[in-house]
Amino acid sequence: MSIFVDNNTRLLVQGITGKEGQFHTQQCVAYGTKVVAGVTPGKGGRNMDDIPVFNTVKEAVARTGANCSMVFVPPAFAADAIMEAADAGVDIIVAITEGIPVMDMIKVKNTLAGKTSRLIGPNCPGIITPGQCKIGIMPGPIHKPGGPVGVVSRSGTLTYEVVHQLTLQGIGQTTCLGIGGDPVNGTNFIDCLDAFEKDPETTGIVMVGEIGGTAEEEASEFIAKHVTKPVVGFVAGLTAPPGRRMGHAGAIISGSSGTAQAKIEAMKAGGIHICENLGIFGELCSEVF
Amino acid sequence: MKIHEYQAKELFKKYNIPIPDGAVAFNPDDAKQVAENLGQFPVVVKAQIHAGGRGKGGGVKLAGSMDEVTGIAGEIIGMNLVTHQTGPDGKRVKKVLVEQGLNISKELYLSIIPDRSTAKIVIMASRAGGMDIEEVAVETPEKIIKVFIDPLVGIQPFHCREVAFGLNLSSSVMRPFVSMLGSLYRLFMDYDCSLVEINPLVITAEDAVIALDAKVDFDDNALYRHKDIIEYRDIDEEDPLEVEASKFHLNYIKLDGNVGNMVNGAGLAMATMDIIKLAGAEPANFLDVGGGASAEMVENGFRIMLGDKNVKGILINIFGGILRCDVLAEGVVHAAEKTGINIPVVIRMEGTNVEQGRKILAESGLNFTTASDMKDAAQKMAQLVAD
Repeated sequence: MSIFVDNNTRLLVQGITGKEGQFHTQQCVAYGTKVVAGVTPGKGGRNMDDIPVFNTVKEAVARTGANCSMVFVPPAFAADAIMEAADAGVDIIVAITEGIPVMDMIKVKNTLAGKTSRLIGPNCPGIITPGQCKIGIMPGPIHKPGGPVGVVSRSGTLTYEVVHQLTLQGIGQTTCLGIGGDPVNGTNFIDCLDAFEKDPETTGIVMVGEIGGTAEEEASEFIAKHVTKPVVGFVAGLTAPPGRRMGHAGAIISGSSGTAQAKIEAMKAGGIHICENLGIFGELCSEVF
Repeated sequence: MKIHEYQAKELFKKYNIPIPDGAVAFNPDDAKQVAENLGQFPVVVKAQIHAGGRGKGGGVKLAGSMDEVTGIAGEIIGMNLVTHQTGPDGKRVKKVLVEQGLNISKELYLSIIPDRSTAKIVIMASRAGGMDIEEVAVETPEKIIKVFIDPLVGIQPFHCREVAFGLNLSSSVMRPFVSMLGSLYRLFMDYDCSLVEINPLVITAEDAVIALDAKVDFDDNALYRHKDIIEYRDIDEEDPLEVEASKFHLNYIKLDGNVGNMVNGAGLAMATMDIIKLAGAEPANFLDVGGGASAEMVENGFRIMLGDKNVKGILINIFGGILRCDVLAEGVVHAAEKTGINIPVVIRMEGTNVEQGRKILAESGLNFTTASDMKDAAQKMAQLVAD
């Protein structure tokens, strides 16, 4: 089992003909993901690496039965691409694009509120169910199929670090996903925690946060009330100065809110096993799980 | 992106949001000229820097005569202004805003921000104008009025009424306030702001509603569609190394420690800073070279970090994954040779061909230490800078 995506997922790629889109589509295919379509407006009717390209998401869905989209569209056009996928009824939309204006994402989020689609990201590495499908830019080989741990994170390469340490300890993963480093995103920690809690194959959860906002605090409250499985947590940014945006648009301590210290305290209060030293993350997980 | 108060007020003017009469001045003579044009006293002389708390730091003063205007302007321009937001080094003041004094009867707080968790636009207002809103939120949260707006619907008259009645405004002030709030919301949306704040917003003895202060921050990701705002950028307000880094699209933030570090990805970069501290050293910077980490990026990164004289060692942490470590190692060797690096460098990399990469580093004849993982890297680095 897994959450959100598995070997029944039929992927379409928005922005498939761009340099990044093409490269990562090839990587996903090589991992075993069923990539059934690509969408690039104006390039419909062609093929890219034997994958049919369509002008619109609606057409791609109608012709190929795609139920998931991976968005590689540049930031200025990404919000439109996400809304197009939602309008076409795509179940899962994974937005990799970094640098989408906050106001665009605010509009997207309010638009998606009345729809059935789930957005993952933007500004995220994507989602992988090891051994079944990879939808994103993460390196496949660092993952270990078969579970039993689910991983959710606001980061990209930091997620790879954590997953790598799990795999080195012999701990496999059910599903790993990045929810993105932007201030306004689709799927949040709580959505993922809830899904992992309900997934019978997942017996433990890893949650990786960072400075900025209050998502970790809200997740901690949820965990205390609704999650029975053990959770190991890490928060990046204890040494980050206030008022500065640390790479991710959402990683900023505003006044006294959003500090790593406050998040760690909230997570501890929620019963999460906090890893204070990332260098021994894997060891801590093998003790807890 | 941040801008100065006088620039924010230029935007306010464009949206018919009332501001005091005045203009920016770069020297005492300019200031005198502005005061002459205003034609009345007192006038207010306000230091223009990208930080709050200017009044408490001595950067805002009242002048009752022409001599005082030139005297105060001469004092403030060139001063090193230290506030709770500038850090202990303060900021050099290069210009002042000279404005008419007002007959203030009430000071209010008003701001608009995007709310991350609800994805709505929030108007925040308080009767405790002139105070730090964070302090108000802690001490008397009941005094803060919050109104959430659905961006797809936009601001409605009832939103404005909710704020106005919450502030207990008199009926004669209601109409100008509501009109001002509508304009402020339009400005916020039109320019992709991340913050619009008026603190204080004043009601004068004549019942006028005037923005005595103005703070506007913009979403960096949206600047591509606001070319006029990019012109407001003042690089004097930024750290010179950060300005240099931005030319190469490097995400660099200068800190006070002694260990430079270069990492791919923001989350891992923050975690690397944290583990440097945990190992007993102090991070000198945040530097995210992005997912790709090309040879050119690495070279520019080296040069920026070496520009910081406090840096005694450099830690490189690259989780490549798809990136090939042999290619990265060649880039690092090339960059080190080109920049003539002469301080210890610890490199941790992960990805394909990692053994080949380590071999290239070991055989380069340069002062490189390779590390097997993050913990190993941080410990080796801390040891090297302590020696």
